[in-house]
Amino acid sequence: MTLDVILLASSEAAADIPVVHPTAADGVFSWLWLIIALPLAGAVVLLVGGAVARGSLKSKMDTGGHWIGAASAVGSFVLSLILFLSLLGRGEEERQIGQHLFTWFEVGGLNVGMDLLYDPLSALFLLLITGVGSLIHVYSIGYMEHDERRRRFFGYLNLFVAAMLVLVLGANYLVVFLGWEGVGLASYLLIGFWQHKHSAAAAAKKAFVINRVGDIGLSLAIALMFTTFGTTDFAAISEQAAGASQVTLNALGLLLLLGACGKSAQFPLQAWLLDAMEGPTPVSALIHAATMVTAGVYLVVRSNFIYELTPVAQTVVVIIATITLLWGAILGCAKDDIKKALAGSTMSQIGYMMLAAGLGVAGYPFAIFHLLTHGFFKANMFLGAGSVMHGMNDDVDMRHYGNLRGYMPVTFLTFAMGYLAIIGFPGFSGFWSKDKIIETALADNWIVGLCALAGAGITGFYMTRLMLMTFFGDDSRWEPGVHPHESPRMMTVPLIVLAALSVLGGVLLLGDFVVDFLAPVTGVAPAHEPPLPAIVVTLLAVAVVAVGVAAAWLLVGKREIPREAPTDVSFATRAARADLYGDAINEGLVVTPGRSLTAGLTSFDRFGVDGVIEGGSAGVGAVSGLLRRVQNGFVRSYALSLLGGALLVVLALLAVNLS
Amino acid sequence: MNDLPVLSVLIAIPLLGAIVTPFLPAATARLAGLGFAGLALAWIAVGALSSYDVDGGMQLSETHAWIEALGVHYALGVDGLGLLMVLLTAVLVPIVLLASWHEPDDEGNSGSRTFVAWVLALEAMSLAVFTATDVFLFYVVFEATLIPAYFLIGGFGRSGRGRAATKFLIYQLAGGLIMLGSVIGLYVVSANTGKPSFLLSDLAALDIDPITQRWLFIGFFVAFAIKAPMFPVHTWLADTTEKATTGTSVLLVCVLDKIGTFGMLRFCLGLLPDASQWATPVVVVLALISIVYGALVAIGQDDLLRLIGLTSLSHFGFIVLGIFVFSSQGIAGSTLYMVNHGIGTAALFLVAGYLVRRRGTASIRAMSGGAEKVAPVLAGTLLIAGLAACGLPGLSPFVSEMLVLIAAFNHAWWAGAIAVTAIVLAAVYVLWLYQRTMTGPGSVVAGVDVMRDLDAREVGTLAPLLLALVLFGFFPMPLLDVINPFVTDTMSNVGVTDDPPTLTGSVSSQGGQP
Repeated sequence: MTLDVILLASSEAAADIPVVHPTAADGVFSWLWLIIALPLAGAVVLLVGGAVARGSLKSKMDTGGHWIGAASAVGSFVLSLILFLSLLGRGEEERQIGQHLFTWFEVGGLNVGMDLLYDPLSALFLLLITGVGSLIHVYSIGYMEHDERRRRFFGYLNLFVAAMLVLVLGANYLVVFLGWEGVGLASYLLIGFWQHKHSAAAAAKKAFVINRVGDIGLSLAIALMFTTFGTTDFAAISEQAAGASQVTLNALGLLLLLGACGKSAQFPLQAWLLDAMEGPTPVSALIHAATMVTAGVYLVVRSNFIYELTPVAQTVVVIIATITLLWGAILGCAKDDIKKALAGSTMSQIGYMMLAAGLGVAGYPFAIFHLLTHGFFKANMFLGAGSVMHGMNDDVDMRHYGNLRGYMPVTFLTFAMGYLAIIGFPGFSGFWSKDKIIETALADNWIVGLCALAGAGITGFYMTRLMLMTFFGDDSRWEPGVHPHESPRMMTVPLIVLAALSVLGGVLLLGDFVVDFLAPVTGVAPAHEPPLPAIVVTLLAVAVVAVGVAAAWLLVGKREIPREAPTDVSFATRAARADLYGDAINEGLVVTPGRSLTAGLTSFDRFGVDGVIEGGSAGVGAVSGLLRRVQNGFVRSYALSLLGGALLVVLALLAVNLS
Repeated sequence: MNDLPVLSVLIAIPLLGAIVTPFLPAATARLAGLGFAGLALAWIAVGALSSYDVDGGMQLSETHAWIEALGVHYALGVDGLGLLMVLLTAVLVPIVLLASWHEPDDEGNSGSRTFVAWVLALEAMSLAVFTATDVFLFYVVFEATLIPAYFLIGGFGRSGRGRAATKFLIYQLAGGLIMLGSVIGLYVVSANTGKPSFLLSDLAALDIDPITQRWLFIGFFVAFAIKAPMFPVHTWLADTTEKATTGTSVLLVCVLDKIGTFGMLRFCLGLLPDASQWATPVVVVLALISIVYGALVAIGQDDLLRLIGLTSLSHFGFIVLGIFVFSSQGIAGSTLYMVNHGIGTAALFLVAGYLVRRRGTASIRAMSGGAEKVAPVLAGTLLIAGLAACGLPGLSPFVSEMLVLIAAFNHAWWAGAIAVTAIVLAAVYVLWLYQRTMTGPGSVVAGVDVMRDLDAREVGTLAPLLLALVLFGFFPMPLLDVINPFVTDTMSNVGVTDDPPTLTGSVSSQGGQP
């Protein structure tokens, strides 16, 4: 299989890799920086201003600050839309626009500018981030209504949006890294938003630390770029990459992949994502479904000028992605916590995107296409899950749900749209995007293609299970005293918009729009004769999904759902419930040995290193005895001894001088 | 101002303060101390703005013969490195005085005026160290810093401080003694030319034979390694920061320890460039051990102040690493790191001190969390200072850490790969510390619910530091503009040039290659 992919990829490497060559921003594009500045200003006002303010201003900010947060996100969206339309008005050759804000740092031959790059790829991300971001801001106004720290929540959300925009607008890897760590910080703050809960605080730390392991890759990649190219600018690297040695290119591809694995929860750095569901649900929707976790996919697609030259790294991307897409899907089948089931699904869907990105030129546009549709339908479903929790006293256990379709009609119908989209029901957005990935994967390598196909079947299973457990059946499993009710308009309107996008997202593929639009960034794939006609692949995929849905119907829908998770289950179920032992492996391989190591080193430091040194100094007992007396003594005795010392020096020098 | 001895006056201001304040009533002494420290800051700020030329090399110079027979001069001057260290010192001292406003009163014996006096004395001596351009003068003030430092550690802080002070002093005296050998050795070499001189400019012009250079290097380096500190001569650090007041710790770790890395740049690279390159393999390995070992040991600490002390072991590892890989990015990164570490660690120590004061213990386990709910401002500042320590982009230490990493990687890929693990370890010690002190349900922990948040004075001490962290995180160029000429001078003095990128003819690579 490896050989197969390498051969194919290297033949594709012959295709033209577009060079990043932006023109200076003018006209409406000179407002590019403002898209970042708006949410950043919102964050500063809400966080710093809110902390500094006193009296009535403070109470005003606490009660109404969320409007500032929402308005800045919406403002950013409007600007993004204007820029997008202006970009469409330009010729294909002029769709890369650069903006130099200021020199970040410059030392010797290293010159790092605070530079932005607006091109078709970042344009689509801008729309996704600010569009879905705005909807989630609005939704949060309702969802967080009773939280006393709502102002701070919106401050963090705005901070996240600003950082995510920096990530996708950076024109060199260091600015990307700035955004990359910024979203990591926002994610940390928001996962741990309810930090009075131990579980939330622990999950936040876990997410940040695992992400930092990935950051090792990104940091070293940056260092290697500097050593090789003398710069980290996309423009210069895309131009020169072909001249670098194969070892360097392979290393760059793998290091960037390590970074991508951390941020996008890809195997083996996946363990943080399910825990991250400790954060408020809008956070799960925005950061841990629609935007931040897809940053790894962005990084790979953005670095196409490197990956196209390193078939080895591309192969590893494909392998990691295939493992993750199955891994996440399996987790999704076993979770009773509605948010964790969705998180497993997110991991799996990002696996699909990553798979497409690993397939090279033919796959890049579909990676982004699926990223967008997934952003719509997964945000939709997470917010739907939040709405369900809202009506069920914040219970997340699907075993306590049932028959909610009648009590929450809007939530149910919008969720259903997301459901049909993710399983790939013909016509819905996910159908188009996932189908394209499976098709491309099959054309590339039949094992990978079959895995992707199987993943689609499993997706059909776990999503149907989730739907059945939540919205169907009867109310016998409810906790006593719950009164499910529809959520307020502030929450349902964003759901309706996202549901509409989940249904209609496929229009992006009309006339191959998304493929052609991204071509200036990703290049044009040479035409291959697919091994199977597209219609056959589509029918296959639909059939496999149908099997998954039917299985769920037989195993879940037709049976009594116990209120408590049964314990006499197969090994496979137990493993899936335990996140396929991802945590246990981390615990055994890293955490426990790490803890022993630090404990051992700590005693070694106290008794080993210090012991030797103190022992040595005890050897010079006379000196230390003298000094102990000095310690209780007076300034003058010390000053005297210093004077003595100085005198000694002068004498010594004189002796040398005179000799 | 051109005719004024700017630097002598700068040193004289806190020195005068140190002499005057012990004779004032305690309350007045504090105000007077703050006044002297503020005046020194204002003086050098105005002096630097009006007279300092970033491309002017060593300047604001004053040279007077002192002991002519020995070629000893009272000679002062600053270049980019010296100026930044002087500014760092001048900024931190008033902040420390303000932060320690109530600290010495615990003694119950009007301790504050002695505290203020010693702090000002330490400031004066440190300023003299950073401005001395005569090796003999440097040695004298280098040793003289120990007097106020010793009394600050031994006189104020937690029980057991006497032992810590003694340990500190033994270490430092041992280092000083070893350095003394090299100072004398330098003099011998200089005297052999017939015209003995201790002036840096004269000594730099000497042609010292390689073997002698190596011996002299070892003497200087050991002293500076103890000062910095580096593994394995670091154990005074944690004991000292554990027992001393956090104000003292700021002065020790953020100012005094910089003398170590300052000395490496000024003396090891400046006077003994060949020996410095000869020693590179060993120094790089020791620096890497310091980075990883310091971070690992910090993770294992239960005492908050020991923990912060040990993070500096890791950070100084980075600084030394950057210095000894001999590239523009490395030396500039290290110099910038010295400034950023001073700002960030000062903030971390101060906020930790406020927390310890409120909780009555420095044991992280005993604090058992929950403080965020009642003291969100304290929690927020702790988090920002902590994130700065773990090199989060957007805060100033990131830029310097990245420069050092890039330089280390460029020197040898494995050096970069080992050093980079610190970004994970730092995240562990910072966030675990935050988790254990700040998060969790506060109501179940005794004493937390009545804890006060930071008051205006405390916020006033932290706000300038946090502002600087953010400001220099995004706009480090004002600092680098001062640093870069110094880097160019050092590179040409050592006689090394940057490796060009593997792919030469790079289009966007620009800027002044030395």
